Amino acid sequence: MKNVSSRERIVRRAARELRDGYYVNLGIGMPTLVANHIPPGVNIVLESENGMLGIGPFPYEGEEDPDLINAGKQTITELVGCSYFSSADSFGMIRGGHVDLTIMGGMEVSQEGDLANWMIPGKMVKGPGGGMDLVASAKRVVIIMTHCNKKGEPKVLEKCTLPLTGVRCVDRLITEHAVFDFDRGRMILRELAPDVTVEKLREITDATFSEAPDLAEMAL
Amino acid sequence: MNKVVGSAKEALTRAGVRDGMTILAGGFGLCGIPENCIAALREMGVKDLIVASNNAGVDDFGLGLLLETRQIRKMISSYVGENAIFERQFLDGELELEIVPQGTLAERFRAAGAGIPAFYTPTGVGTVVAEGKEQREFDGRTYLMERALDGDIAIVKARKGDPAGNLVYRKTARNFNPMIATAANVTIAEVEELVPVGGIEPDQVHTPGIYVQYVFQGVNYEKRIEQRTNRPKGGA
Repeated sequence: MKNVSSRERIVRRAARELRDGYYVNLGIGMPTLVANHIPPGVNIVLESENGMLGIGPFPYEGEEDPDLINAGKQTITELVGCSYFSSADSFGMIRGGHVDLTIMGGMEVSQEGDLANWMIPGKMVKGPGGGMDLVASAKRVVIIMTHCNKKGEPKVLEKCTLPLTGVRCVDRLITEHAVFDFDRGRMILRELAPDVTVEKLREITDATFSEAPDLAEMAL
Repeated sequence: MNKVVGSAKEALTRAGVRDGMTILAGGFGLCGIPENCIAALREMGVKDLIVASNNAGVDDFGLGLLLETRQIRKMISSYVGENAIFERQFLDGELELEIVPQGTLAERFRAAGAGIPAFYTPTGVGTVVAEGKEQREFDGRTYLMERALDGDIAIVKARKGDPAGNLVYRKTARNFNPMIATAANVTIAEVEELVPVGGIEPDQVHTPGIYVQYVFQGVNYEKRIEQRTNRPKGGA
């Protein structure tokens, strides 16, 4: 249950990153759930890197269209005003810096803002999909992940141990305990959850970070 | 100009398909894949193929059908995570894999079709993808040089096509098909509906016929759904 509530907490906090008018790409898995918590009055357009702007909700049973899927290969629907384009055009808009925000999952984040989220050596190579392109070029990169792995080991590290997805690419990291920003290779604690202290946070974080002068309570 | 052939097998035969060729295959996951051409390649038994496609299908469908028969020597893909046969052959050293970030893969096909031998991209700098590649700085940022990726035969799937080879795709089944259609020596298009010349509104053409050498009416499309996701009835 703790894990479920951690995920819920992360997803809700991540939804507060959305701004009216943003074009947003949500990664596969937990980031996809952010779409369920778009704040009232905030209108965004969701991009799917296989080639669509204007993703709608999942279809009702019996209304699935095999020609209409998101980047996670899930059946979706279209919103009025949506558009389709090729994957080259899609990554043109990503690489060209037209996507305002990408929210993506992570396996490890380093104190300099490096990200690893695509491969565990010794296990199967699945491939990065569009992840490397998105973290290299989206205007803003927000990573969401649980603070520690299932064994309770930190995932926020001095240096990533897994193969990287991008170097110094993370703008903001959101975990169930805290929100960190990355600025020119430095990691700054911006928000802290009400049920954790800075001392406790340092114990479960293998990275060096400073506290923002205006350190705030994490909005949940 | 009439580019219509009777079947996938006829198209592949006329295209001169043989062992060791590089095949570019359209589709994303199982969406918009050339089902008929994949089935024909399996039936014809050509082997030692290099296949460039965003994904590698699933165990019993899509390009997984050619992995099952060990017709593929090397895959060039961005994501191959849904395929146990792939995993086993790769870990056993029977199958080579070149991992290419998705946007880089799309652009490599596009570049090949557009006569651009290489391009610079920020994607993958500082990662394993950068190993062995030329790097260059532009305006203070580091970029990797990536090469165009062409092939012997491209197999693509469209919603509609005409005898001139003009193609229209449907929704997200477009994906990699338009670039792949431009990137090979011979392009074969299979379509759900073959219409007479004039049956496609010129303004609506996605792939102009110049890129397509053979077109045929596809049959028995399964259009399998990989991840069936629903919202509850009466819900939001």
